[in-house]
Amino acid sequence: MAAKLAVWKFASCDGCQLSLLDCEEELLTVAAAVDFAYFPEASRAEDPGPYDLSLVEGSITTRHDAERIRKVREMSRYLVTIGACATSGGIQALRNGADIAEFISTVYASPQFIDTLASSTPISDHVKVDFQLRGCPINKYQLLEVIGAFLADRRPNISSHSVCVECKDRGTPCVMVADGIPCLGPITHAGCGAICPAYRRGCYGCFGPADTVNLPSLKNWWHRLGVSETDITRALRTFNVNAPEFAEGSAKRVP
Amino acid sequence: MSREISVDYLARVEGEGALYLAIDGDKVTDLRFRIFEPPRFFEAFLRGRNYLEAPDITARICGICPVAYQTSSANAMEDWLGVELEPGVKQLRHLMYLGEWIESHCLHVYMLHAPDFLGYQSGIHMAKDHPEAVTRGLRLKAAGNRLMQLLGGREIHPVNFRVGGFYRAFEKAELAALTHELEWGREAAAETVDWVSGFPFPDIEIDYEFVALRHSDEYAIVEGRIVSSTGLDLAVSDWPAYFAEEHVEWSNALHARRIGGGSYQVGPMARYNLNFEQLHPAARAAAAIDDAHAAAQAHGVERHEGPGGRVVGHRHRGALRGPGLLGCRPVPGGRGAVAGGQRRCETISARCSVRSRVMRKFSRTYSRAFSPIAFARAGLFSRCRIRKAQPSTEFTV
Repeated sequence: MAAKLAVWKFASCDGCQLSLLDCEEELLTVAAAVDFAYFPEASRAEDPGPYDLSLVEGSITTRHDAERIRKVREMSRYLVTIGACATSGGIQALRNGADIAEFISTVYASPQFIDTLASSTPISDHVKVDFQLRGCPINKYQLLEVIGAFLADRRPNISSHSVCVECKDRGTPCVMVADGIPCLGPITHAGCGAICPAYRRGCYGCFGPADTVNLPSLKNWWHRLGVSETDITRALRTFNVNAPEFAEGSAKRVP
Repeated sequence: MSREISVDYLARVEGEGALYLAIDGDKVTDLRFRIFEPPRFFEAFLRGRNYLEAPDITARICGICPVAYQTSSANAMEDWLGVELEPGVKQLRHLMYLGEWIESHCLHVYMLHAPDFLGYQSGIHMAKDHPEAVTRGLRLKAAGNRLMQLLGGREIHPVNFRVGGFYRAFEKAELAALTHELEWGREAAAETVDWVSGFPFPDIEIDYEFVALRHSDEYAIVEGRIVSSTGLDLAVSDWPAYFAEEHVEWSNALHARRIGGGSYQVGPMARYNLNFEQLHPAARAAAAIDDAHAAAQAHGVERHEGPGGRVVGHRHRGALRGPGLLGCRPVPGGRGAVAGGQRRCETISARCSVRSRVMRKFSRTYSRAFSPIAFARAGLFSRCRIRKAQPSTEFTV
C-alpha cells in the first residue's frame, strides 16, 4: 500500500506547500508512489489518518493551532517542517517582543475580534520534529529528497553548510569581495543554490542560519563595507528573525 | 424549508477558509465566508524598514502570487520617490507578472477548479482519466514558472525585484531561450479555452460591479487608472475615497466595499470585461471560439468543425435586457465608450448573450483578486467547492 502523505498549514504564505505542486514534471511520479491522504490545497480527499509522513508549513500563532499541531503529531509517524515559518517562526515572528496589542490595533479596526498569541513560534517549540527543511521558500528538489528519504526510512541528504559553498559550486564570483555588496551568505544555510549573488545582490538569509555561524566576523566585514550596526540588525530581522543565531545577533530591536 | 450548510475547511483554495450558509426555501438568508487564516501583521512590522526591503517582505504575504505584492509595494515606493521606470524595465516587469499569471492561473484552472467540474477529488486523481489535459496544464504552469525563474531568480518569492528596476539585467539570448516553450504555451492556452468551454456551468446570473485598472496604451497589469463597470474612473491614489475595508467578526480578512455601494469583483474577469478591446488578438479570437462553443451548448446547436478542427459558429447578439444586468454600462467619456457600448450590447443580454456566458465561466475559472488595487473578497466564493456538509467541530482535521 502506498505511504500516506499529509500536508498541514499553519500561519504561512502557502509558498512551501505550493513547492510540491510546482514539481510539475515530477508530481505525477510522486503521486504514483505516495497517497496524498490529506492535502486540502490540492485535494478534497480526507483520509482520517494516521499518516506515514506529515509535512508542516507555517508557525504557531494561535492557541487553537497550538492544540492542532499536537493532534497532527499524534497522527503522524514522521513529522517534517517545511520552510522558515515552521522551522523558525517566519517573518510574522517580527511581532515577538513587540507590543502585540499595538500591532493588532494598527491592522484591525476591531481588535476584540482578533484571537492571536503574542509570539510566533516554530513547530519544534511545541512537538517533536523529525526533520526541518529550511528556506523561505523551500527548494522543491530538496523537498522531493526529503519525501523520498522518509519513505525509504533514511536521513535526507541535505547539506548544512553555508551559501558560500553554493556560490563556489556554481562559479559565482563573491559579491562581497568583488563588488563590495554586503552579503549574509557566509552565515546562511545552503539550499537555495545561491540565487541572490548570481543576481548581483547579497544573500538576505532566507534559509536561516547555517550550522556554524561566525557572526562577529561577518559583522566586522559588513562594518568595513560601511554598513551600520542598525542596518546589520535589520538585515538579520527578516524571515528567520526567531532563529537563535539570528535573534542573538540582532537583540537590539530596530523600530 | 430551511437548511444550513457548514464547511469547516474549504479544499482546493489558496489559503484557509470556511463557509457557512443558511438557506430558507430558495433564498440565502445568511452567508459567512470565514477566513480564519491567522493574522500575520505585515502592515505593522513593515514600519521602520528600509524602502528597499519592502518588495522582499511583502512577497511573503502570498507564496502563490508574490509578484503581485512585490509590484504593489515597489509601485508605492517608486511613486513616493518620484521614480519613472524606463520602458524596457517596465516591459520586463510586465513579463515577470505574466509569468506569475500563467503559473497561478494554470494552477487554478487545471489543479484546483477542473476537478470540481469533472468530478474528481484532485487534479492528481483527474490525471488517471484525463492524462493529456493534466499534462498540458502542468507543462503550461511550468512555462510560467520558467519565466519567473529567469526574471526573478526563482518562482516563489523572486529575488530580482528591486525598487527602481531589477538587481540583474538580462541577455537577449536568455530570454530568447524561452521562446519555443512560450509559443507552445500559446497553443496550449487556446486548447485550454476550448477545453474549459465544454464544462457544464449552472445557469445563474450575478449582478457584478467590475473594478480593474485601465491604461491607455496596454491591457493594464501593473499601472493605470481605476475604472469600474458603473463608470468609476479615478487615480489609484483616490482609492481610499471610493472604497472601504471593513472588519467583520468572523473573518480575519477585511471585506472591501464601494463606499455607498456594495461588493465588487476584481481580478481577471473584471479586466477581461473592462479592457477586452486591449487584449491580444489571439486572446480575443479564443474568446470568440469559446463564444461559439458556449452558444452551441446553450442552444443545442450542433458544433461545426471549422478548418483545422476548430469550432466555428456565429456570434449571438441579444438585446439589452434590464438595467445593467451584469453591471455593465459604457464608461462616460472613458476610452471604449463607443466600442465598449457596442460590446456591452452583446454582453448584457442575459439569455442569448454568449459573452455573458463566457464571462460567467471566467468568473469561475479565474477569480483571484488583483491585489495592487484592493484585496476584494468578491469572487472568492466562486472558487470554493462545497465539500460534504459536516457538523461544525472545534477541530478541523
